[in-house]
Formats: sequence, structure tokens, C-alpha cells
Amino acid sequence: MSITAIGAYDFPAKDVVGNFPAPLLYLGWDQHMMFCAPFAVPVPSAMRFGDLVTDLLPRLFGEHPDFSRIDWAKVQWFRSATLFSPDMDKSLAEQGFGHKSVLRFRTPGLEGLRGSFG
Amino acid sequence: MSNVFIAFQANEESRPIVDAILADNPQATAVHSPGLVKIDCPQRLVIKRESIEEQIGRSFDLQQLHINLVTLSGNIDEDDDQLTLSWTH
Amino acid sequence: MDTRVNPKKPGLKERYAAMTRGLSWEPSYQPRDKVFPFDKYEGIRIHDWNAFADPFRLTVDAYWKYQGEKEKKLYAVIEAFAQNHGELGVTDARYINALKLFIQGVTPLEYYAHRGFAHLARQFGGDGLRLACLYQSADELRHQQTETHAMSVYNKYFHGMHESNHWFDNVWYLSVPKSFFEDAFSGGPFEFLTAVSFSFEYVLTNLLFVPFMSGAAHNGDMSTVTFGFSAQSDESRHMTLGIECIKFMLEQDPANVPIVQRWIDKWFWRGYRLLTLVAMMQDYMLPKRVMSWKEAWEMYAEANGGALFADLARYGIRLPKGWADACEGKHHISHQAWNTFYNYGAAAAFHTWVPETEEMKWLSQKYPDSFDKFYRPRLEHYAERAAQGKRFYNGTLPMLCTTCQIPMLFTEPGDPRWIAYRETQHDGDTYHFCSDHCREIFEHEPQKYVQSWLPVHQIYQGHCFSPDADPTQPGFDPLGEVLRFYKFNLDHDNMDFEGSEDQRNFREWGGGQDAKEGQL
Repeated sequence: MSITAIGAYDFPAKDVVGNFPAPLLYLGWDQHMMFCAPFAVPVPSAMRFGDLVTDLLPRLFGEHPDFSRIDWAKVQWFRSATLFSPDMDKSLAEQGFGHKSVLRFRTPGLEGLRGSFG
Repeated sequence: MSNVFIAFQANEESRPIVDAILADNPQATAVHSPGLVKIDCPQRLVIKRESIEEQIGRSFDLQQLHINLVTLSGNIDEDDDQLTLSWTH
Repeated sequence: MDTRVNPKKPGLKERYAAMTRGLSWEPSYQPRDKVFPFDKYEGIRIHDWNAFADPFRLTVDAYWKYQGEKEKKLYAVIEAFAQNHGELGVTDARYINALKLFIQGVTPLEYYAHRGFAHLARQFGGDGLRLACLYQSADELRHQQTETHAMSVYNKYFHGMHESNHWFDNVWYLSVPKSFFEDAFSGGPFEFLTAVSFSFEYVLTNLLFVPFMSGAAHNGDMSTVTFGFSAQSDESRHMTLGIECIKFMLEQDPANVPIVQRWIDKWFWRGYRLLTLVAMMQDYMLPKRVMSWKEAWEMYAEANGGALFADLARYGIRLPKGWADACEGKHHISHQAWNTFYNYGAAAAFHTWVPETEEMKWLSQKYPDSFDKFYRPRLEHYAERAAQGKRFYNGTLPMLCTTCQIPMLFTEPGDPRWIAYRETQHDGDTYHFCSDHCREIFEHEPQKYVQSWLPVHQIYQGHCFSPDADPTQPGFDPLGEVLRFYKFNLDHDNMDFEGSEDQRNFREWGGGQDAKEGQL
């Protein structure tokens, strides 16, 4: 649909993947809103999913008292709103994560600070 | 029926204006809060230059209202002698 | 003998008509549309410009005379305030952070409004509307200058104000007001009028002004209060223009109604999102609190706004699409926003803190359905950590909404246990939003919003470093370099209020309302 404009209106998108050092990944731990919003991090698409879990997630979310209580076997993983079962040995790219993808995880039974979802 | 209103900074300049408005509009009520005086009136409010001049004892240009005006509501009709706020529907 | 008969002096209406409409003309040397190239392309049809009802009949000489008188009075008060060290008469030095937010995020918008209305004053085909826009352009420049003067007293003694223009152009949270206004004035003149004059200056204006100005009054800040009253008389003209222009557009042609409705939907929502910063200020940054954001929303949006849109129904206008979600948000947005600035306190040019026990009690009372359940536990956790010397600072950049540019801190309408995630595709790329309404704004004009200068993305693209920053050097600290680029006075502009120089100085200088007796 062409935009209502006084003349030609055609400008480059600012956030194409080539402008970043690595594709952007957004990461959110559902119901742990002590972290006020999901994070935005450039992550190489070749990164092994298991390495993301052991190296990146503690850096991002480790400050929360619930983090050390996570039972990783029970975690639910989402790519945007779609539940999926990650293969820890495959890369992000192989599992459908590209530029500006969203990774969310839920930890059933852990409901944030004093059960407030924060 | 909706109210029209007009509010002024509460100071020595606006005091005679408020007094004139209340004298000319029997249904108007004034509410004072820190630094502010707000006049509400059902449907229609008339501000008359002559009435203000009577209060202050000298000539007055009605547009001087702008100096101490804070806010108002209603459709405006103004000329040299009066400013009227009203709801027509 | 002829008796000289003095002609009757023209009345206000005649003088005004003679000095404004009477001096206008239709172009004949150039086609009309070449002289006014901006006022048709948006699709708004105007058949009779004379039908625009000028909100006030001010000729330019009257305008300058009365504005001049207001200025003399205002500057006398500002001078007295400075001479009497009024900055020490505020309740608590934490209050000054509300002023920092104002000078950083609101004052630059006055300047943008000045530029926007200057464009309209030139480009509208109707002389009455051009004149009203010209006055508003002068008013807004006045506001930018008087706000700067009123706050300059504080800038002498406190941090967080010294680079406000540079911060507005670069600092992450200030892209929220900046993108709002740039969106408005890169639209056409009729959209700008709907966005600013109607949606902001009429529908939402009280929600900006009353929190700041009554907050100032209750916290001993006479300089800001006086500015506020002085500006309000200009605002009454702006409000009147807002309601007149919307009626004018809707009455001129039924084809205008759907265009205007879409703008009302968009700009109500963008204005509401912008007010998140004000909500947070009102509930968390005023040591002496006046009313809660929730109460202000109920009074000024729900009550007033409801009546307004009932009145506009006769034109075929309905409530803005985002109305229900905005009303639901009244329980939550101030707390969610404060949590965000607390998280990112190391990167904000004003202090943040955990509210005191009494203040949290007030928040519980004002927010019976949300505060204790969702927000108090976080604040108490932060207080515990701070007491152990481990004050929580979030060190990783957040995901932002592409349209409103606020971090994705908003929760699902009706269920505050979940962050609201929305996304869409455009031209092979994914874009993310905080809400259905921000997404819809993008989807209507994606070519515009793919250009959003999102601070987090720009930082990662390496655009927020000083020219001499060298990422290849060992020990390169990206966050530190961004703060250096921001020109922050480290540990003075940012970080917690507890232990700050502002706090220390205010105490040493005898500030606070108990100390007032000792002053001149």
C-alpha cells in the first residue's frame, strides 16, 4: 500500500541485519518482570542453543532469586508465541531463529518475587 | 445541561473580574483552590466590560482577560463590550 | 459650517476582520495550489475556508501587548525565586528529578511545536487558521524559553539538566518524545493539527499539565508553578483551536470523517503512550503527592473525554480504538515505568530510588487492585538488595516497541502477568510492538516506521560512540562509552538518589520545607 505523501517516499529500513554485528535476538523470561522488558542482544546465528542456555541466559537473568531454582528439564521454550522443543546441539539458525526473532521461556512453578510475577 | 467555565489566576487583578462575573451571572459559582479561581455556570456565562469597569473604577479593555486567564470551556463570542461562553446544543 | 462628525470607531469584530481576513487575497500571479502545495495531498477537502471560526479575535498588536505583560510578571517571579534561593524551598531534593524529566523530555517538544505550527502558519490555505497557527508558533517558542529560564535556577545547583538538548537527540528514553513529535510534523498539516491541536492540546493536555503543575505547587516549587499559570493562558487559546479545527474538518466534507478518525485513533494512542513518563512522575517522583495517575486519568480522560466524544458522535466520530486499553492501563503503567527507570538507573540522566514506607502505603491505597499484588514485592526486593550494598542495575539493553519506542514493559490488557508481545512482517523483516495499537499504526504506514531511530538498535550499530572511541582496544567498555557519548556527568547525573551529590548538597545547604524559616 503506498503511503500518503507529498512526493516520492522511499527510504531504507534502518534495522536490516547487515547493519548489525550479528542478528538481533530478543530474549524474555515470562512472568519475571523484575527485568522490566525482554532483552535485545546481537547473537551469532551459528551459536549452539545449549551454549546460549549455559553462557548467555545466566548473564542476562542470573540476578533473579528464581534463576538458581530453575529445573531446566521442565522449562518451556517459545519462538515468539510458538512452543517448541529445542535441540541443545543445533544452532539458533537451524532452529528457526533469524534476525529480530524472539525467544521466550517459562519456568512453571516459579512465579517471580513472592509470587508477584516480578 | 452542560456547564461552561472560566478559570483565572487568583490575584488582585482578577478579583474584580471575578466579582463582576458573579454579579452578572446569578447561577455562576466560584471555587477557589491554591492560586486559582474557577467559575462554573450552567449553559451560558456573560462577562461585561462595563461591569468590570464599575468594579475597578477605571477603563478596562476586555482582552486584558488574557493576562490572567488559565482555561475556559464553551463556544466563545466576543466583542469590545462582552465575552460570552455558551453551549448551543 | 460643516460640523466634523467623528466616524464610529470600529468594534472588535470589525477591527479583527479588517486586520486579518481583510488583508488576505487570492493569488493570481501563480496558481493557488503552487502557493499552497501542502494543504490538499492528505485528502482533506475544504470547500469554504471562511467557515473556520477564529477562536479568539486577537490582532497582532493586542497579542504582543498581553504576551509582553505576562512575560514581565513571570520574569519578576523567576528573579525573586532565584534571589531568595527558592530551590531550597522544595520539599525534598528527590522532587528536582521531576524537573529534570520535564526539561529533558517536555521542553524540547515546545520547540518542535513551534516549528510545526510555523509550517502550518505558512501552508494552510485559510487566513484565519494561518493566523491562529502563527500565534501558537510564537506561544510554543515562548514556552520553550520560559521553561528553560524557570528551570535554569535549578541547573545552577543540581545535576541532570546541563545537556538537555544533546540528551534529547541521543539518549534512549528521550527518543520516546522525540519520535512522537517527528512523526507529527513529518505528517501533513491536517494530520499535525489533529495530532497536536486536538489530540494533545485538547483531549490529553490536562494529563500533562496538571500532574506537573500541581506537583510543583504541592512541593514548594514556585518557579514552575508561576510558569505553569503563565503558560495556561496560552493553552486556553490552544485548546480552543483544537476543538475548532476538529469541528471545521468534520463539517467541511463527510469524506474527511474517516481520515480524521484514523488520525484520532493513532494520536490518542501515541499521546497516551507518551504520557507513561508523566504517570511515573506523578506516582513516584513527587515527595508530597497530590493525586494518583489513576485518579488523574479518571478525572481528565474518562470523565472529560467521555463527554467530548459523546459530543463528536453527531459527526460520525467514535471513541479512539485504544480507549479501553488505555483505561485498563491506569492501574499499571506508572509502576511498570518506574520499574524500568529503576532497572536502567545507570543510564538515565536523573536519579531513581525505592519509595519510602509511607509512600508505598499511599501507593497501596491508590492502587488497591494492583500495587501490593504485582509491584510492591519488586520494590521491597530492591530495598533489601540496596541495604546489602547490592543495588540492582540492569546491564543489558531492552527490546523496544518500533512505534512508541518505549521498552516492551507493558503487559497484556486485562492480564498483567504477561508482557504483551506483538509482531508483524514487512518487506522480509520482522517488527515488534508493545500493543495492537502500536502495531496498527506501523501497518498503516510501514514505510515511515521502518525508519525509526531506535536507540538500542543504534547503539548496537555503533552509532552512539564518540568519534575517538575505539572498540578494538582491550578493555573497551561499551556501556561506559555510550554514557561518555551521552555526556553524562558520571555518578552525578545518573545512579540512585541515595548517596548522590544532589542529596548531600541539598541537606548541607539547609534545603527542605522544615528549613524554610531560616531563609530570607
